[in-house]
Amino acid sequence: MQVSEYKPRIVAFCCNWCSYAGADLAGNNRLNYPAEVKIIRVPCSCRVNPSFVLRAFQRGADGVIICGCHPGDCHYTSGNYYTRRRMAMLFSMLEYLGIEKERTRVEWVSAAEGAKFAATMNDFVETVAALGENKRLEDLRCKR
Amino acid sequence: MQAISSRTLVDIAAKKLASGEVSAVLGWKKGLFNYDVTPAVFTDEKDLAENFVYTDFCAANLSKYLVNETKKPEYRADNRKILVFLKPCDTYSFNQLLTEHRIHRNRVYVVAVPCNGMIDLTGAPYEKCVNCKSKKAVVYDELVGENGEVIDSNRFDEVERIEAMSAEERFAFWQNELSRCIRCNACRNVCPACTCEKCVFDNPASGLENKAISDSFEEKMFHIIRAFHVAGRCTDCGECSRVCPQHIPLHLLNRKLIKDMNEAYGEYQAGAVEGSRAPLVNYSENDIEPAEAVGKGGNNA
Ligand code: SF4
Ligand code: SF4
Ligand code: FES
Repeated sequence: MQVSEYKPRIVAFCCNWCSYAGADLAGNNRLNYPAEVKIIRVPCSCRVNPSFVLRAFQRGADGVIICGCHPGDCHYTSGNYYTRRRMAMLFSMLEYLGIEKERTRVEWVSAAEGAKFAATMNDFVETVAALGENKRLEDLRCKR
Repeated sequence: MQAISSRTLVDIAAKKLASGEVSAVLGWKKGLFNYDVTPAVFTDEKDLAENFVYTDFCAANLSKYLVNETKKPEYRADNRKILVFLKPCDTYSFNQLLTEHRIHRNRVYVVAVPCNGMIDLTGAPYEKCVNCKSKKAVVYDELVGENGEVIDSNRFDEVERIEAMSAEERFAFWQNELSRCIRCNACRNVCPACTCEKCVFDNPASGLENKAISDSFEEKMFHIIRAFHVAGRCTDCGECSRVCPQHIPLHLLNRKLIKDMNEAYGEYQAGAVEGSRAPLVNYSENDIEPAEAVGKGGNNA
C-alpha cells in the first residue's frame, strides 16, 4: 500500500458535559488519537447549527463529527434527541447532494468513555483519510 | 372539473367590501397581457370589477402577503378583515403560517377556490400542478364550488431517481443545477415558510448575503441552508421552483427532506393540520440513528 503524506482535517463538535469530558479522559489516560482532530466545545450537541457543519467544511475540514451524551443522558434532557433528528436529515441531504456520507458522523460518547472517544476518532480519521481531501464541499478561497 | 369565473369571485368580494365586513381584498390582477397576472390588493369595488381575474395564470400563492397586509394599521383599526382567495394548495401555506403565529386568523376572511392546475406563459402546466398533492382546501371561511380530495401523487418519483444515482452522479447533477443560481433570492422571497424578520442571507456579516456567487461552495451553502431552514415547515407549495428564473428544481431539495422525514418519523404534511408539530421540533426516544437514516434505500457508491 502506498503511504501518503495526506492527513485529513477533522472537526469534532463535542458537548461540554459528556463528550468533551470523554476527550479529557482519553487525554488523562494517555490514549492516542490523531492531532488532526480539532475539538470545538459546545454546551450541548443540540447547539450545533447545520451551518456550523457547512462552515467547518468551508474552512477546510475533510470530515465533521458531532459527539454528545448518550440519548437519555443529555444534561438538558432532550437536546441530543433533537440533534439526532436534525443531523440525520442534514447528513442525508448532504449525501443526496453527492457529498460522501462517510465524511459526517454522529457519535454518543459519555464522560466515562475515554477509550470510546479515542477509538471513534481513530476510526473516523482513518475512514476520512481513505476518502481523501474534501473536494465536493470545498471553498477555494479558504484554501491556503 | 369545476370552472369558476372571475365574475363569481368578484361578486363575493364586492359584497363583502360593500357591507364593510372586509376593508380589502387580496387577489390576482390582470396585467398588460393575459399571462402577466400579479397579486394585488383591491380596496374599491370598481377596481375589483375592472381588474380582478381568476384564470389559469393565477399560480401565485397569496398566503404570504397576509403576513404584512394584516399588520397594516388600516385593517387593524376598526377590526375589519382582509379577504383573500386561496387555492387548495395555498390553504396549506396559510395553515402553516397560522401554526407559526405569523397571521392573526381573525383578521382574515378566507375564500377557498377550486383549481384545475395553473400554466406558465408558454401554456405548459407548472411542475407543482402536474404533481399536485391536494385539491382539498384545508382551511376556509367560505368555499366556492366543491372541495376536492388529497391526491396520491407521484411527487417523490424524481427524488427516488436521484437517490438511485451514484454519489458522483448526484454531485454532478446538483453541480449542474445549482451553478446556474444567480442569487436573486426570489425563491426565498416567495416562500411562505420563509418569514423571518431578519434573514441570514441579508446579513453582510454572515458571508452569505445576497450577492453574486463567487465559489461553488457558496451556492451549495445557500441551497442547503434554504432547504433545511424550511424542513418540516415546507408545505411543498412549489412556489420556489415556479419563480426561479434559472429553472432550478428547488422542489427536489424540499421533497428529499419531506420524503426522509416521512420515512424516518412517520407521515407528516406541513400545513394539513393547524398547530401540528413539525418533525424537526419533535422527537421520540426510539428515533433512528443518523448513520442508519443516511442514504437509506439510495445508492451509496
Ligand atoms: S430563485 Fe433561483 S436563481 Fe434565484 S436565488 Fe433562488 S435558486 Fe437562485
Ligand atoms: S420551500 Fe418552496 S415549496 Fe416549500 S413552502 Fe417554500 S416556496 Fe413552497
Ligand atoms: S449536554 Fe451532551 S448532548 Fe446535550
